[in-house]
Amino acid sequence: MSATAAARPRPAIGRWWSALGPTGGALVALIVLVAANSIFTPNFATAGNFWNVLLQLSVTLLVSVGMTFVIATGGVDLAVGSVMAISAAVAAVTVDQGLWIAIPLALAAGMAVGLLNGAFVSYFKVQAIVVTLATLLAGRGMAQVINRDGALLTIEDPGFLALGRGHVGPLPVQVLIAAVVVALAVFLLRSTPFGRYVLAAGGNPAAARLAGVPVNRTVVSVYVLSGLLAGMAGLIEASRLGASAAAKIGQGAELDAIAAVVVGGTLLSGGRATLLGTVVGALIMQVIATSFNMLLIPYSWSLAFKALIILVAVYLQRPRRV
Amino acid sequence: MEHQGQIGGSGPALAVPPGAAGTPPTHGAGGGVPVPRAPAFRSKAASMLQRQGAVVALIIVCIFGAIRYEPFATPENLLNVLRQNSMLGLVALGMTMVILTGGIDLSVGSVLAVAGITTAWLSPQGTAVALLGGLAAGAVLGALNGVLITRAGIQPFIVTLAMMIAARGAALGATDENSVHVDRAAKGIMWLGRGKVVGIPVPVLLAALAFLAGWVVLRYTRFGRYVYAAGDHQDAARLLGLKVDRVLIATYAISGALAGLAGIVLAGRLGAGQPVAGNGWELDAIAAVVVGGTLLSGGQGGVGATVVGVLLLGIIFNLFNLEGTITPWWQGVLRGIFLLGVVVVQSRLQRRAAKAA
Repeated sequence: MSATAAARPRPAIGRWWSALGPTGGALVALIVLVAANSIFTPNFATAGNFWNVLLQLSVTLLVSVGMTFVIATGGVDLAVGSVMAISAAVAAVTVDQGLWIAIPLALAAGMAVGLLNGAFVSYFKVQAIVVTLATLLAGRGMAQVINRDGALLTIEDPGFLALGRGHVGPLPVQVLIAAVVVALAVFLLRSTPFGRYVLAAGGNPAAARLAGVPVNRTVVSVYVLSGLLAGMAGLIEASRLGASAAAKIGQGAELDAIAAVVVGGTLLSGGRATLLGTVVGALIMQVIATSFNMLLIPYSWSLAFKALIILVAVYLQRPRRV
Repeated sequence: MEHQGQIGGSGPALAVPPGAAGTPPTHGAGGGVPVPRAPAFRSKAASMLQRQGAVVALIIVCIFGAIRYEPFATPENLLNVLRQNSMLGLVALGMTMVILTGGIDLSVGSVLAVAGITTAWLSPQGTAVALLGGLAAGAVLGALNGVLITRAGIQPFIVTLAMMIAARGAALGATDENSVHVDRAAKGIMWLGRGKVVGIPVPVLLAALAFLAGWVVLRYTRFGRYVYAAGDHQDAARLLGLKVDRVLIATYAISGALAGLAGIVLAGRLGAGQPVAGNGWELDAIAAVVVGGTLLSGGQGGVGATVVGVLLLGIIFNLFNLEGTITPWWQGVLRGIFLLGVVVVQSRLQRRAAKAA
């Protein structure tokens, strides 16, 4: 990823931050944020708060990783929030059959929505934003239907609750899951043909097709992956809540994920992706939310600040016109 | 740069209850039947159906509604549908212009809330001040979108996403998350939301006027042609010497102002400006624009298409309610499926038309 950036010619003076690659601006912003908070926010630089940030980060991160792949192909997946709600609802109504049925079923439901998205985007050539807007609307309704018509279903299975509340050694389970997913995703994007295909399909689909890249299959896989990861995020969220609330779970998650991805330096137009950037982007958003919370600044102003960060980060990373 | 973009019924369509449409249904169904060995006719039919498909669907839905549900074709019900959808119509009108330039405006819902609150705040100063204040708030936020998009060179999706988040934050923060009451001094604002002129609700008249104005501007003015040109091929438009940046800024400002107007009407209707108003409206507006047949890629479509799109989605919602047995959750599912079906058909027809051309 930094290799792509190094290949781009740039003037020697100015834009020093871009020497760090497309993620550079975001990384600098993160360091500044953390440093400022360590000084000015009481109790920010503590171990307890460190885990707190990571805990709240993991759900956003799972969704953002899938979103990074989708955006790398030049698409977007607005349906992730609804997929989270669907997967939580499926788990809630099947958890009595045992975890080995409930969790795979929930993940399969997420992948099914992804498959639908991918099929419409690649084979029917409908714009991703329209397709996933439709599945966002339909998916939220579907989640309510599955959730016994909008009821709040509590989940008491201890194994399921461990997903969002348990620990392995000092590590919370959900942080572990997110870390493993990020590591696998980095491997997938950097070191496998699939990763090349994703970037090729996003950079120039026509050229990729001529070069023998299975563009349609790649695009479908990417949406399925996004559905799978959103499904996982939905399970963790339900486990944390101890219930499936179809109206609430994943509401607005698509915007958080898109923000994290673009702040990290992945181009919305596709063809360039950086998962580490996405991690940094998600961290920035979470640090802002947490620190504003600790400083007792109203939630509303953290929204305004987030918006500013998105604009500044994207402005600094914008590709120059040739 | 002349475009055949205008689709279907024009502005005044909103003022005429669509249930009264006397066109025989066979006319619509016949358009899709392929005639063997006449590829020219076939492609013409495809292109015609792509442009008029939403109108055909609207007529079919209305006839279905009139036959199946007795209360559907009553003036009260139809006026109610129009009134409920008039505010979304205003938002969708602005969205149409933005989408015609090849952009998108995700901030309309938040801008609507900011304008409603501004109007409620200014309402002790009287109707005129409150109205102008709300409109100005919307226009300024919209223009800011346009400036960031053109001058800073950031994609519309991101700029308006940031504006959506920031404006919602400002609306929540400035009001401490409480609604702001509209003062009695501003009777006119209340009238905008609740009044009637010869039996027709004021919001409906307002939306009809706005659509008529939008139709005239897009069809008959230089600015309107520039909007299509900017969306069709922005670099070419620039090379031709069009002031594309100014056109874009104006378009986003108009979208903001129309969202603001919707916010004012809503504030008048509710008697208060609410910081959570308009949440998710950007999605409904985009859906209405797309269902009408305006292409998200820009340059093709028009105001008439959006009227049809808004009415189609609104009437389907109305039919769900008249049916009575469909839960809101299933309504959501069905609406999503309907949207998906419409865009798939459109994209097929569009490609067929393009291939034949």
